[in-house]
Amino acid sequence: MIEAIFFYIFAAVLILSALMVITARNPVHAVLFLILAFFNAASLFVMLGAEFIGMTLVIVYVGAVAVLFLFVVMMLDINFAALRKGMLKHLPVGAFVGLALLAELMWMYMDWTPSMFVDNSARSPTPHGVTNTHALGQILYTQYLFPFETAGLILLVAMVGAITLTLRSRGDVRRQNVSDQVARNPKNVIKVVKVASGAGVEL
Amino acid sequence: MLDWFLHIPAVAAFLKEFPFVAVYIVPVAWIIVKILALVVPLLVIMAYLTYAERKVLGAIQLRQGPMMVGPYGLLQAFADGIKLFSKETIIPTGADKTLFIIAPMITFALSLVAWAVIPVGKGLVLANINVGMLYIFAISSLGVYGIIVAGWASNSRYAFLGGMRSAAQMISYEVSMGFVIVAVMLATGSLNMTDIVTVHRPWWVSVLLFPMFVIYVISALAETNRAPFDLPEGESELVGGYNVEYSAMTFALFFLGEYLNMILLSGTATILFLGGWLPPFGLHALAFVPGVMWFTLKVCFILFIFLWARGTLPRYRYDQLMRLGWKVFLPFTLVWVVIVAGTLLYNHALPGM
Repeated sequence: MIEAIFFYIFAAVLILSALMVITARNPVHAVLFLILAFFNAASLFVMLGAEFIGMTLVIVYVGAVAVLFLFVVMMLDINFAALRKGMLKHLPVGAFVGLALLAELMWMYMDWTPSMFVDNSARSPTPHGVTNTHALGQILYTQYLFPFETAGLILLVAMVGAITLTLRSRGDVRRQNVSDQVARNPKNVIKVVKVASGAGVEL
Repeated sequence: MLDWFLHIPAVAAFLKEFPFVAVYIVPVAWIIVKILALVVPLLVIMAYLTYAERKVLGAIQLRQGPMMVGPYGLLQAFADGIKLFSKETIIPTGADKTLFIIAPMITFALSLVAWAVIPVGKGLVLANINVGMLYIFAISSLGVYGIIVAGWASNSRYAFLGGMRSAAQMISYEVSMGFVIVAVMLATGSLNMTDIVTVHRPWWVSVLLFPMFVIYVISALAETNRAPFDLPEGESELVGGYNVEYSAMTFALFFLGEYLNMILLSGTATILFLGGWLPPFGLHALAFVPGVMWFTLKVCFILFIFLWARGTLPRYRYDQLMRLGWKVFLPFTLVWVVIVAGTLLYNHALPGM
């Protein structure tokens, strides 16, 4: 019973905050509600026994991705009134897309019978008496090693691409070079000269 | 421990009469008692950490530190607490009121909930979950929200700049911290905090992990916005950073949160690298001292490093801080994880092999 209560609390907060994401007037509030939604989704994963995915969701999405969202949204200078102007005009299209997606999902779900092979593992997230994380690791690094590594490489390529697109070296910036600073010693840079009075000095 | 209470005849008869109480109320009450047993000592330790900080800084700078309130100034922390309690909470006119109040609460609550998985002694842990280390990592990555929300909701330039600095800094250092944790996971083969302590570690594994310990402590300094990485507060350029606009209890919650985070990261470092509640250097003859004592002493040792660094090192410049995080720690930890994994594999010391 306690599990059911918590499930309904998390689910209700998840759906409410998802609603608030699209209805909140202030974009910063919207992002904060998005974070709340992520967090509740993670709680639901933990309740399902998928503790690793739950924690990873918090670390990756809430801890890193959403912070960048928040950064960008906070820095933007947004005219809220102008943003809401097109609301009524776009509402029918948006509602149609949403309804179509919902219908497709329901259609798929009604027809969906899990194959006899996945059935067992779907029902018990932690097979063979090992922990959830252990089981995930075993399957990711054996059976799905190739897709897993490929996904990593694709992300790497995307990262390199993003850096290449935005990196520009500017000549007019003076940067600190630590090794230069450390290598610099008084012998090479300081010259002590005896100056005869009135004669000046030539360096 | 609860059993003697339940076996008192009157109590047993009462519980038989009302099974609802026995099934729901008693366990919940027991959980609350356990939480209080952890949180109250923590808050006292936190109060004395502020006192210790001022005494250590005083000793480094050849002065006395607090010494007027109570013997040796021992009650100074409580005097400060009462002062902050009795002040007025000021909310700036342009501030986002709800977020302004919520931000310090987030910071404080997050620095407490992470303690749920820290074993302070043998079996002395609130929740012995399988993914304890990931849980701590997740909670500490949430910690950035309290600060960034405070910076934004204050509607002040200084606060916002402080919040942004803090967010960038915490994200940068979390990456190398993650790799440090991965290296320890490789050596212990578990994410469970109790297992991490109890798994046998050959001496050379501890030597191998020592550089990671150093990096972890330095990252912990950056993660908690402590000197020499206290740029988010940078009073010389940002007045006071993300908490300029805060006063009274809202400020106190930030303050408490920062110190609790310091204790938390010291506790985590103790569990990952210093053997938690076990006697140091594997000296089993010292096992007569309770495990909680060893845990506390080890945490105090790391906390002293925090204070020592504050009294000794000048503040980093922002680009230097970023350089250290991304160009020194990240490549080093990345290579070191490979070295640790390779050495463990070569010596057949990987857990589960």
